[in-house]
Amino acid sequence: MIGDLQQLEINALAELKKATNEDQAQAVRTKYLGRKGLLTGLLRNIAQVPDAEKPLFGKRCNEVKDTLSAKIDEVLFQQSLRKKSDGLLKEKIDVTLPGRSVKLGRIHPVIQIRREICAIFASFGFSIVEGPEVELDYYNFEALNIPKDHPARDMQDTFYIEENIVLRTHTSPVQVRIMEKIQPPVRILSPGRVYRRDSDVSHTPMFHQIEGLLVDKGVSFADLKGILTAFLKKIFGMDTTLRFRPSFFPFTEPSAEVDIRCVMCGGKGCRICGQSGWLEILGSGMVDPAVFQNVSYDSEEYTGFAFGLGLERIAMLKYGVSDIRLFFENDIRFLKQF
Amino acid sequence: MLVSLKWLKDYVDINVTAEELAEKLTMAGLEVDEIKTIRPSFSGVVPAKIISVKPHPAADKLSLCDVTDGSQTYRVVCGAKNIKAGDIVPLAKVGAKIPGGYTIKSSVLRGEKSDGMLCSEAELQTGDNSSGIWQLPENLTLGVSLETALDLGDTVLDVSVTPNRADCLSMIGIAWEVAAITGGKIKIPVGRIKESMEEVSSQTSVTIIDYDLCPRYTARLIKDVNVGSSPAWMKTRLESAGLRSINNVVDVTNFVMLEMGQPLHAFDFRFLEQGKIIVRKSREDEEFTSLDGKTRKLPEDTLLICDGVKPVAIGGIMGGLNSEVKDDTQVVFLESAYFNPVSIRRSARKLAMPTDASFRFERGIDPEGVIKALNRAAQLIADLSGGNICKNCIDEYPQKVPAVKDIPLRLSRISQLTGTAIDAKEVIEILQSLGMTVGNAGKDNYLVTPPTFRVDIKREIDLIEEVIRIYGYDRIPVTLPNAAAIEMASNPRMDLEEKIRHILIGTGYSEVINYSFVTPESVDYLCLPENDERRRLVRIKNPLVEDQSIMRTTMVFGLLDAMKKNNNNGSLDLKMFEMGRVFIDREKEELPEEKNMLAGILTGVTTDNLWGNKVNADFYDLKGCLENIFYDLKLTNCHYRSSILEPFLHPGKSCGIYIGELLAGYMGQVHPDILERMDLKNCAYVFEINLDILANQVTNVIHYKEISKFPAVTRDVAFLIPAEMETNYMIDIVLRQNEELLENMVIFDIYTGIGISEDMKSLGLRFSYRAQDRTLTDVEVNSIHDKIVQNTVGLTGAKIRGE
Repeated sequence: MIGDLQQLEINALAELKKATNEDQAQAVRTKYLGRKGLLTGLLRNIAQVPDAEKPLFGKRCNEVKDTLSAKIDEVLFQQSLRKKSDGLLKEKIDVTLPGRSVKLGRIHPVIQIRREICAIFASFGFSIVEGPEVELDYYNFEALNIPKDHPARDMQDTFYIEENIVLRTHTSPVQVRIMEKIQPPVRILSPGRVYRRDSDVSHTPMFHQIEGLLVDKGVSFADLKGILTAFLKKIFGMDTTLRFRPSFFPFTEPSAEVDIRCVMCGGKGCRICGQSGWLEILGSGMVDPAVFQNVSYDSEEYTGFAFGLGLERIAMLKYGVSDIRLFFENDIRFLKQF
Repeated sequence: MLVSLKWLKDYVDINVTAEELAEKLTMAGLEVDEIKTIRPSFSGVVPAKIISVKPHPAADKLSLCDVTDGSQTYRVVCGAKNIKAGDIVPLAKVGAKIPGGYTIKSSVLRGEKSDGMLCSEAELQTGDNSSGIWQLPENLTLGVSLETALDLGDTVLDVSVTPNRADCLSMIGIAWEVAAITGGKIKIPVGRIKESMEEVSSQTSVTIIDYDLCPRYTARLIKDVNVGSSPAWMKTRLESAGLRSINNVVDVTNFVMLEMGQPLHAFDFRFLEQGKIIVRKSREDEEFTSLDGKTRKLPEDTLLICDGVKPVAIGGIMGGLNSEVKDDTQVVFLESAYFNPVSIRRSARKLAMPTDASFRFERGIDPEGVIKALNRAAQLIADLSGGNICKNCIDEYPQKVPAVKDIPLRLSRISQLTGTAIDAKEVIEILQSLGMTVGNAGKDNYLVTPPTFRVDIKREIDLIEEVIRIYGYDRIPVTLPNAAAIEMASNPRMDLEEKIRHILIGTGYSEVINYSFVTPESVDYLCLPENDERRRLVRIKNPLVEDQSIMRTTMVFGLLDAMKKNNNNGSLDLKMFEMGRVFIDREKEELPEEKNMLAGILTGVTTDNLWGNKVNADFYDLKGCLENIFYDLKLTNCHYRSSILEPFLHPGKSCGIYIGELLAGYMGQVHPDILERMDLKNCAYVFEINLDILANQVTNVIHYKEISKFPAVTRDVAFLIPAEMETNYMIDIVLRQNEELLENMVIFDIYTGIGISEDMKSLGLRFSYRAQDRTLTDVEVNSIHDKIVQNTVGLTGAKIRGE
């Protein structure tokens, strides 16, 4: 009888394994555990078991019953899970179709560069200031040590509104306006539109500049190198190579042009850098004592440096744009790329 | 400034390659834009040795020469007489190219084969001699290219000279720089002059009337000149600097200008009436014909060089046609003067005559170099044209040009400004290498006198720049300023712009940048009325093109223009915005008012999904975008009022945007007439908001209101109101009743059509009531709600739909 019980368990488990749906699993339950089931049948015949074996036989019967019952429940559970997931799969959608949203607009590339630069200098403690775009000749030129009828005026072709009113040719007049208002220490950054009478692949009559000025006691040319080096490495990458080269700006002395190793050719010489291996990035210098005199700063007590750079040029280099005019054509196919 | 290295070597020893020199000059502030290689205008020509010269059997004037290039012998038929066996001569081999576009071919001359050509100097354009074959030095290696053997090429540096460095507009000035930065020895030509017995003052005179414009005028007379072409060396020099050779007199004046930086002018003395020169300002309405053949009316205060009767040159700018040196000129009156830089610049600009001379005079020439240049040029003219220089020169110097002397220089100031200590010895050496004299003035203090040609050096700071320029910027350390912390100024408007920029790009708008100048017609395109402030235009006096000749007074025109350009490119669905300034002329102020504006445009479909529903943008898409902005800025008191009428907007689909009672801008559909006038096919919506006004209104204050734990009770009402009545009017009346328990009210339906008379509409409002402290009962809500509805009906005359 014990042997029959063992065989029954083996048969029942084998049938359960073959059951592929809920009905078949239920049929196994009915066949073996139901009221007229085979296990129940065996139990009914307990009388035929010798008395000594009766307790053991009863115990084994219950064990087999529990095992089978648990296995059947397990199979039924798995089958119900599968059924649910089969149902979900029927609802499958095409995930490769584009999403539904308001497609984002883009910030103008020149403004993106402006924000990046302003953020870097904000981290150095520079405040953002502004000035008029239609400017007095005095602020645009004279206060910056560029007198009337001075050859340095040739450096910038100017749009005139009146004899003494111009479209500012650089953001430098803002320095003077600020220094007239506040006493050192001064640490300002002045972004904005500037205008020069020029138009070709690398010049537009309007473009953007950022002007920076730092005035304090004991500011040196070495500090100028330090700040601008830190800045250019943040913008163009830590492994950027720089060089400071003497130049001339009427409002700074000594003046320095700052070049970086050509980002296109790495210094070998290419069309972008005019075969020189270097790219002019910004103009800078120690504030000329004549400028300090115009704003009544004592140039013996205070020193400072100023710098200016063209944003379009940086954007052209960073993004590989070859024609500056594209920035102002407002072609949405251009703008969407940034 | 084009600098021929061969020429430069006349004045300074160069011990570095052209590339190294260019690098050093660039790093000393004289940026070299380009290194040009100049090659002779022939190729395939080699030094060859004549083995034998035999008569040509069939031609008396020709001979047969056997020549060797060291490895091979060639038979060449030659017509020259000055050759014999053993001579070293230039052989143009078969395939050689010689000036004039000729290629040498193997040929047969009177029955004799000729494999090449022996050349004269003139044939190779290396000299003037055309009388026979060029006799080359004996020590040349045979067979190598003649260019290499004789070093005929040249390297020219294109040096960009900053406006302060007038001295570097001359070869000698550049030579000083090269000497200072390379240590090469400087070699200035020694002044020598051979004069005749005839005294210049007996022949001519100079009178300066306006000496403030011409502090110094010097002159010499050279007689018996033979005007002709210049020798090859002169032509080569001038060509290397980009000038064309004219004749041996004019060329000398140009040569000395390039060499020493002093512009000179040569007059034909026979055309100077009364044989004298008077220097004066122009008179009213005076006219003059200059060398370029153009006649100009002279602006007042133009400095003129006159003879006894009439002007003969515009001082420092250009000579006159009436007195130029001609082929038959015999007596040359040579001028070398110092003119007032400001006056020259002013005149050259007014006359639009920028010349090589004016360029140098306006930057400042060496006041003490005037005589040196005069003598140098006079002697060269005499040398080249066989003339005789009259004894002595005229030197009218009524007003001494101040020279700077003894500029104090403190070593301490150098280290303070540079952030590094530079050795006193090195400082002195650098200054001396630039031709300055350095005197001691106490410990670490000096008195420095620059050479007179360094007119840019006047102050201590100028000296410091010179020192560190030559010392090398790369040797100055890199430090960060030891600056005190200062409070950063805030700029609310720029913060606002950043916020708005983010919302707008999140809503799909892309930022554009239009030029701030537009066509004057823009205000007509937009139909702005005569008294509109946006017609107070700021005009540019010298625009590049008429279409960019006024500063914009509204940003809408630029956006419509950008829409048009994009539409032409096939981009029809556009959302664009711009932030920038508009400019309004102010009568009472010098400078115009600059307003910071935000403007945007919307056109085409609002959804990008081609597979989804396509919906054309309309007024409410744009308004929703603006509402989002105001929501983010926490501006809760914005109103949209249809009462404002912009002439370029659809009168029924536009409104003013108010913050409280302040008009901050407008929005709406662009008027169909404007679209048509601007040739735009698609409907467009625009807005423009004054950011200065907005920035003033933003408080960024947040009032948190406790969230009620109790449920809300809602009631829907549909009001029947006249079709033209604005919803806001109704809402206002409801809200003005200030019912505390009315938590919220939304529009859930707008209906016109069947069931409602044509001039009416149904406005469905959902009222939501809630208390902070309890659950409202139906009875309570009904009594409040009925009161509000009755009041609203009473105040507006609306009817309740369905009643």
